[in-house]
Amino acid sequence: MAGNDKDALLNFLLRMGDSALILGHRVSEWCGHSPVLEEDIALANTALDLIGQTQLWLEYAAEIQGEGNSADDLAFLRDAWDFRNFLLAELPNGDFGRTMMRQFLFDAWASILLPRLAQSSDPRVAEIAAKAAKEAAYHLERSADTVVGLGDGTAESHDRMQAALDYLYPYVGEMFLSDEGDAALAAAGVAPDPASLRNEYDALLKRVMNEATLELPDTRFTHSGGRDGRMHTEHLGHLLCSMQWLQRAYPGSTW
Amino acid sequence: MVNVMARPGADQIWQWLDELPDPEIPAISLTDLGVIRDVAWVGETLTVTVTPTYSGCPATSIINMEIEATLRHHGIENLELKRQLSPAWTTDWISDEGRRKLREYGIAPPQPAGGPDRCPRCGGTDLERISQFGSTPCKAQWRCRECLEPFDYFKCI
Ligand SMILES: [Zn+2]
Repeated sequence: MAGNDKDALLNFLLRMGDSALILGHRVSEWCGHSPVLEEDIALANTALDLIGQTQLWLEYAAEIQGEGNSADDLAFLRDAWDFRNFLLAELPNGDFGRTMMRQFLFDAWASILLPRLAQSSDPRVAEIAAKAAKEAAYHLERSADTVVGLGDGTAESHDRMQAALDYLYPYVGEMFLSDEGDAALAAAGVAPDPASLRNEYDALLKRVMNEATLELPDTRFTHSGGRDGRMHTEHLGHLLCSMQWLQRAYPGSTW
Repeated sequence: MVNVMARPGADQIWQWLDELPDPEIPAISLTDLGVIRDVAWVGETLTVTVTPTYSGCPATSIINMEIEATLRHHGIENLELKRQLSPAWTTDWISDEGRRKLREYGIAPPQPAGGPDRCPRCGGTDLERISQFGSTPCKAQWRCRECLEPFDYFKCI
């Protein structure tokens, strides 16, 4: 594999793995704190699926990187600037409504991307995506239902969901940005150009927000800097402190 | 002279694996669950191919450990466990025997329609979903409006 192609594939795998990892960690923060037991269990299971997907993506990333790292090394021993997750994933949970809105915005993207990746010319990408696509479809069913239930719920829940959407929407666009590496991967049939997913995503969002009686912000402005590692939010470092603490304090410990 | 024992055939190995319970739903075996995809001798090494149910299912590592312990107990020394992601595991691979055992155990087996067909306790058909997720990644929580009991439903994927 030529150097540029290798870099593009590695970046892509880190974006997939890191976004799943960081969102999975965020969602796991709800464990024991959710509004009701069923939601607690659902959030924990969603986090578990995401972290399982992380394992598969980062394992492949480590192989492509070829520096003898494991998926765990990548997850627990890199610092903030080496992470390639979308900023959306690292934002603090906020209230339950904001967490579920973020989950929906992410699930909608994943449920459109993963079935396409399942057709990837890279067989390893294809098999990971085929597995993850089933889980993403299931997650989307729940997060979309919850967004509709709370959006079209009481005046209080509606206002909170609208506030969540207003806060999170300016982070959505980053999932559809493309660079030269993405173009190379698209040309090689490894992954679709992220920008090519936007129309389908917009249609899905429009449908669900209509049903949820929520108004999509009328702007295309997007924060960015996560997928290329240029600039994460201040929240990522705090998240890593808690996620990586054990491996940093007791290197190599296992259980 | 060393007495070389004939190595056990695949049928024998499947039989041993049939006795291994799923770590989280011990009512059914790993072979009922359909996670063991292949058993084959490659040279002197026995290769067992295992597919995960859900990518993050914590039982996956326990399942591998149980397979390894059992086969070693039966004297197999050269053993390789292979993870196979593709084709992705589907509830279609749960055996009929497994479905029957699930129902007897109180877990409604997966249905293509996406929900349980009847209450595993009373057989009632007036059912409602409580939560899309349950006590393990593979289950959801439902309730029967006839006997009013909640029950687990094995999600269909
Ligand atoms: Zn009943």
